Amino acid sequence: MAIKPETKKEIAAICEQYQDEPSPLLLILEDVQKKFGYIPLEVQEFISSETGVPVSEIYGVVTFYNFFSLDPKGKYVINVCLGTACYVKNNQSVIEKFESLLNIQPGQTTQDGLFTIEAIRCMGACALAPAVAVNGKVFPQMTVDKVSGIIDEYKKLEANA
Amino acid sequence: MDKITGKITSPEALQIDIDGFSKDFDDRIKGLNGKRAVMVCGGTGCLANNGDDILKEFEKQIKEKGLSDKIAVNHVGCFGLCSQGPFIKIFPEDVLYSKIKIADVAHIVDDDLIGGKICEDLLYVDPVTHEKVIHQEDINFYKKQMRISLRGCSLINPDFLEESLGYDGFKAFKKALTTMKPQQVIDEVLASGIRGRGGAGFPTGKKWQFAANQVADQKYIVCNGDEGDPGAFMDCSILEGNPFEVIEGMMIAGYAFGANQGYFYVRAEYPTAVARLKRAIADMRVVGLIGDHILGTDFSFDVHLREGAGAFVCGEETALLNSIEGKRGMPRPRPPFPAIKGLWGKPTCVNNVETLAQIPYIIRVGAAEYAKVGTPGSKGTKVFALGGKVNNVGLVEVPMGTTLRTLIFDIGGGIPNGKKFKAIQTGGPSGGCLTDEDLDTPIDYDTLIARGSMMGSGGAIVMDEDNCMVDVAHFYMDFICSESCGKCTPCRIGTKRLLEMLTSITEGRGTEQTLVDMKSLASIIKNGSLCALGQTAANPILSTLTKFPKEYQAHVIDKKCPSHVCKKLISYWIDPALCKKCSKCARDCPVQCISGIPGKTAYVIDSTKCIKCGTCLAVCPFHAISKI
Repeated sequence: MAIKPETKKEIAAICEQYQDEPSPLLLILEDVQKKFGYIPLEVQEFISSETGVPVSEIYGVVTFYNFFSLDPKGKYVINVCLGTACYVKNNQSVIEKFESLLNIQPGQTTQDGLFTIEAIRCMGACALAPAVAVNGKVFPQMTVDKVSGIIDEYKKLEANA
Repeated sequence: MDKITGKITSPEALQIDIDGFSKDFDDRIKGLNGKRAVMVCGGTGCLANNGDDILKEFEKQIKEKGLSDKIAVNHVGCFGLCSQGPFIKIFPEDVLYSKIKIADVAHIVDDDLIGGKICEDLLYVDPVTHEKVIHQEDINFYKKQMRISLRGCSLINPDFLEESLGYDGFKAFKKALTTMKPQQVIDEVLASGIRGRGGAGFPTGKKWQFAANQVADQKYIVCNGDEGDPGAFMDCSILEGNPFEVIEGMMIAGYAFGANQGYFYVRAEYPTAVARLKRAIADMRVVGLIGDHILGTDFSFDVHLREGAGAFVCGEETALLNSIEGKRGMPRPRPPFPAIKGLWGKPTCVNNVETLAQIPYIIRVGAAEYAKVGTPGSKGTKVFALGGKVNNVGLVEVPMGTTLRTLIFDIGGGIPNGKKFKAIQTGGPSGGCLTDEDLDTPIDYDTLIARGSMMGSGGAIVMDEDNCMVDVAHFYMDFICSESCGKCTPCRIGTKRLLEMLTSITEGRGTEQTLVDMKSLASIIKNGSLCALGQTAANPILSTLTKFPKEYQAHVIDKKCPSHVCKKLISYWIDPALCKKCSKCARDCPVQCISGIPGKTAYVIDSTKCIKCGTCLAVCPFHAISKI
């Protein structure tokens, strides 16, 4: 897959923005991840050519941190919190319900590109435990019964879009 | 920059009168400026519960009703009692409203702000006495707390430098800079007895002294805000509620040991904290509180912000330094310690957010006053993120030496739904659990270690009789196993093997020999790992094995999970005496493993087909189904 010229331009601009920093790799990758949602190998190669950092090192960093993704994520990212406070309040059964209804595992995306399930470790909303967040919107005090309603809500949103 | 008071316009204005802002602030709280003040909680917990929309609704209604010149609306940091949020506080009357919804805003505006009557139905209700409480300090949750790190949270608007200055902000920094020599600052911090709040409890003053003793052209101070313990959010709340206090602590540290560059490393998962910190740094730069020749002195300081990209191990200081340097966040062998050779090879101190938040207070009131709080070995206060099976979930700041009983029952309000307290996990995945017999132990760094746990960053997760301790140990080991960076073999492979053993126990394949093997492997990992992540990885297993041996034995000998959590060891059963033959369970069962004839025969579960999803138990209207 070739990178579009305008995308290249944007990435080059990000690289240039941090050129005075002593070690800018993580800053560049974080911006690219936030902007494009994932960092495939082609993009890593391009960042390498822009910064001079070997692509092996970039790949090492991208695969080390949970924040970076090699693959595109779904339109709606369902973050199920499995931090301790949510776990002891049974969020494991909530994520299992999402898995069975969407027929994907955590980290995977549905074939229509709509949903990704992610198991995350604490978003600091422990008082709302067990919590689920879809694209940042938090659903507090989750139960297994509420799962299908949430999926329907976003499917409806998509149908009306 | 936007202003509340409009006073700071240039570096010169700030230099003239850093202390002059407190009058404006006092006037605002006491209503002497002719305005009432509405404070809306803007902490992560309340924001997730529509906190932002509530604030906007207040602003909209106050504008519509022509009250803008009489009432000011601001957001503030976390109130701490997150399970009762979102909170609204109204000054000067000091009235606290809890569990506010958007629909309540009109009620408060019309009846309280315009009508002058307290909205009784929105007050906090004591769960035991059922009395309504008007003032925050009269709520039991707050009575035994002492706020130092969280001091400005829930009172100042964290978006405005003037707010911080109005509430003692940068007084300590000014005092240090203009009246104390760097060594005096270090001596003061040493004398205060403060120990690092990140977990290990190393004396902060000593760390600074090591760095001060180094001769180098460049030194760094790094603030560790990579709060990795899942279930702990105190650093997040401090940075959200009063970022200035932490920056001030960092700058005092920089002055003390000779660093003129400071780095914040904060989790990217805390967008609100990152945004407020960014804004605070930018505003301070505008007025010259960050930059060259601060307050007309020879001291120059710059602050940088780095976002953590999601790796638990980066909470370890040398891994964190590698991450700032743009590398994989893997720990470095120590020695050399960061104070000798840290960021880019230069002397560096890494201090936790909460540690730095306590520094301004220490300098302001003096070491002797600070050291009056706490136990002989652990001074000051500690913030705990109290969560799990406890009534009052939230942030709690108590003097060191407070007992767990006070923490869980007086402040936390006990266990919900009449369940029995089973254990409290402190120290997160590196810590251990404490039980009934530890309830009256005063908590400090040393007593927790003596009892088989540790302080850690301050996560405190309460568990009740429904939690299986083997499952909890499995949860932590799963976490550690996926977060092990892979650099050293004992941690990379050892934790994987421990996880497999625990899985075999929860699935009924474990034997008594498994328990023996786990203990022996645990000690190898502890002794052989490079960093604290590996060295403490087995703690949750060892502590649950020690405190709950019978629970492990039930799993490996009887093949039963006494708390009915481990799926492979439980089965669902319909009590024929209670079954009303309504067929609801059979209709809802996703794998059609329940049979019977409606109205005629009691229903029966075929346990060979049952997937143990629990649907039948949840839907049975007659409570005829139970786990056995």
